[in-house]
Amino acid sequence: MDPFKKISSIVTPLDKVNVDTDQIVPKQFLKLVQKSGFGKFLFFNWRYDENENKKSDFVLNDPKYTNSQILVAGDNFGCGSSREHAVWALLDYGFSVIIAPSFADIFLSNCFKNGVLPITLDQKIVEKLQQETGKVEVDLENQIIKTPSEEIRFDIDSYKKKILLEGLDDIAQTFQYEKEISEFERESKIPSVL
Amino acid sequence: MGKTLFEKIWESHIVVEKQNSPSLIYIDRHLVHEVTSPQAFEGLRINNRKVRRPDLTIATMDHNVPTTDRSLPILDQTSSVQIQTLEKNCKDFGIKLFGINSPNQGIVHVIGPQLGITLPGTTIVCGDSHTSTHGAFGALALGIGTSDVEHVLASQTMWLEKPKPFEIRVEGKRKNPHAVTAKDIVLSIIKNIGTGGGTGTVIEYRGEGITDLSMEQRMTICNMSIEAGARAGLIAPDEKTFDYLRDREYTPKNYESLVDTWKDHLKSDSDATFDKQFTLPIDDIAPQVSWGTNPGMTCDVTESIPTPDEFSKGDVNQKKGAEKALDYMDLKPGTLIEDIKIDRVFIGSCTNARLEDLIEASKVIKDQKISPHVKAMVVPGSQMVKKQAEEMGLDKIFINANFEWREAGCSMCLGMNPDILSPGERCASTSNRNFEGRQGTGGRTHLVSPVMAAAAAINGHFVDVRKMDLN
Repeated sequence: MDPFKKISSIVTPLDKVNVDTDQIVPKQFLKLVQKSGFGKFLFFNWRYDENENKKSDFVLNDPKYTNSQILVAGDNFGCGSSREHAVWALLDYGFSVIIAPSFADIFLSNCFKNGVLPITLDQKIVEKLQQETGKVEVDLENQIIKTPSEEIRFDIDSYKKKILLEGLDDIAQTFQYEKEISEFERESKIPSVL
Repeated sequence: MGKTLFEKIWESHIVVEKQNSPSLIYIDRHLVHEVTSPQAFEGLRINNRKVRRPDLTIATMDHNVPTTDRSLPILDQTSSVQIQTLEKNCKDFGIKLFGINSPNQGIVHVIGPQLGITLPGTTIVCGDSHTSTHGAFGALALGIGTSDVEHVLASQTMWLEKPKPFEIRVEGKRKNPHAVTAKDIVLSIIKNIGTGGGTGTVIEYRGEGITDLSMEQRMTICNMSIEAGARAGLIAPDEKTFDYLRDREYTPKNYESLVDTWKDHLKSDSDATFDKQFTLPIDDIAPQVSWGTNPGMTCDVTESIPTPDEFSKGDVNQKKGAEKALDYMDLKPGTLIEDIKIDRVFIGSCTNARLEDLIEASKVIKDQKISPHVKAMVVPGSQMVKKQAEEMGLDKIFINANFEWREAGCSMCLGMNPDILSPGERCASTSNRNFEGRQGTGGRTHLVSPVMAAAAAINGHFVDVRKMDLN
């Protein structure tokens, strides 16, 4: 996982609540056995009509958002299916920060595993950010979002912040607790399946 | 102070505890399927890592397998590759696989309990959000993403922030338990608390309305916990739970001594406190039908489609969501649910494709034919459910009514295999998600119970199944 760097970009407003992972990446694209190349499937049914022509009314098809790295979404973003393909698609498309009033639990956890920073902010601040047309800087180190007119502080768990900033391998971190895991296994009364 | 059932299971699985940060939790059972695992195994290979506990890991293929004749080759090349990849991964890493021709193949959340792999008091994970199903047995069962699948394969643990306990009491008795089902209870709950109502929590379902239910019905309830956004759903184990798991193919040899340790321990203490609470009285609840594009957009079969204002109760964003949903579903406020015509019926999925579901649905359609303009199918949850149903002659009842009778898999719940809706088609479905395009691009899904789906198949539109004789 690449370390998370400070980013500066315009924001893409996605003015919808309860965006489920079926919309983020529809099921017909879950058959691949690798993690790369999902960006072209992001919000596929909202981006393209049945003949795979771009729908002009969908925000991602507006050329002014082409290089945006920050998605500002509605409440309960990423609900539904646990598919991590949703995060792979967002990241591959170019989004490395998602801001919303709330996230679904599994989606939130999947973000941190892939170097995507999810930021939870008050509904009113999110709505204001959705109107922002200037460049927005996201500084994870200092936990600050800078817009042309203001600075917004955000919270993040210190362990998750470290994982993102250093791009750490989660599993290698866990292996440092090998002694504790083995001890737990010796004490466990739950039998094997087989 | 007393502890909740969730806290007891959590505490007995902590490997490393950290305050205000995720803790490292041990995982007793890991279920694996073909769609969310290939990238996890690939990660192990790249880093030269092994599967730590193949003996706690079980795999099957369910999401994209065809439900038609299994002796024929799989036509979809990418599906075929995914299936072969799982076969190779299981072989390379020493994992037991119930493959496409195994008598134990089926939807992962149906076979776990059916084989006695799911056990009370354990932690269970699977790269699938409906892992919450196993909570019906008093297990802490969590859906996880592919990175966590890899993490659990490598370490048999995962980092998890401690969710908060949420008590949902289901009180009273249903007047007609054949017509008003567990599905209607859980849809009523989601309708009330919303699709994000359970976020960050583990729901424990309690009360007479829950203890009255069979194990299969309890699974339907816990299965849809994720549709309320919860991390997991739980029901304290009782004699029904212990009986269900006794003498299954993989029930542990020391099962009775395990039951002794579970009996008095695996329940919330009388003085335990919950962070959140909701009560649903069920004496008068009606069969439920979803009308929108998330499971919270649901109403009674006797009602009409609400206006976006009525639905949103003043929330601007919810109102916009409802307007968009009605547009997608091609429905108008004020239309009676019973006046909605359907094109397709799907009886299947990890929510409602167990033996009891099929028995109940078969009572509705016995000696009848489905409406001539409706196409209907039954996809049993597992090959074992299919076999048991066939031994009871249920297949004949469905086939005589012009239902298709298929092989086991997830099928049209998510339409990864060829079983999909065409654009604009409207389906009465016993599955769990009515999201846009879920059952096929442009398809329209109405979530209902198996008996409601069967009644809709016969009539060609939704009907209140309480009016039918189900005995």
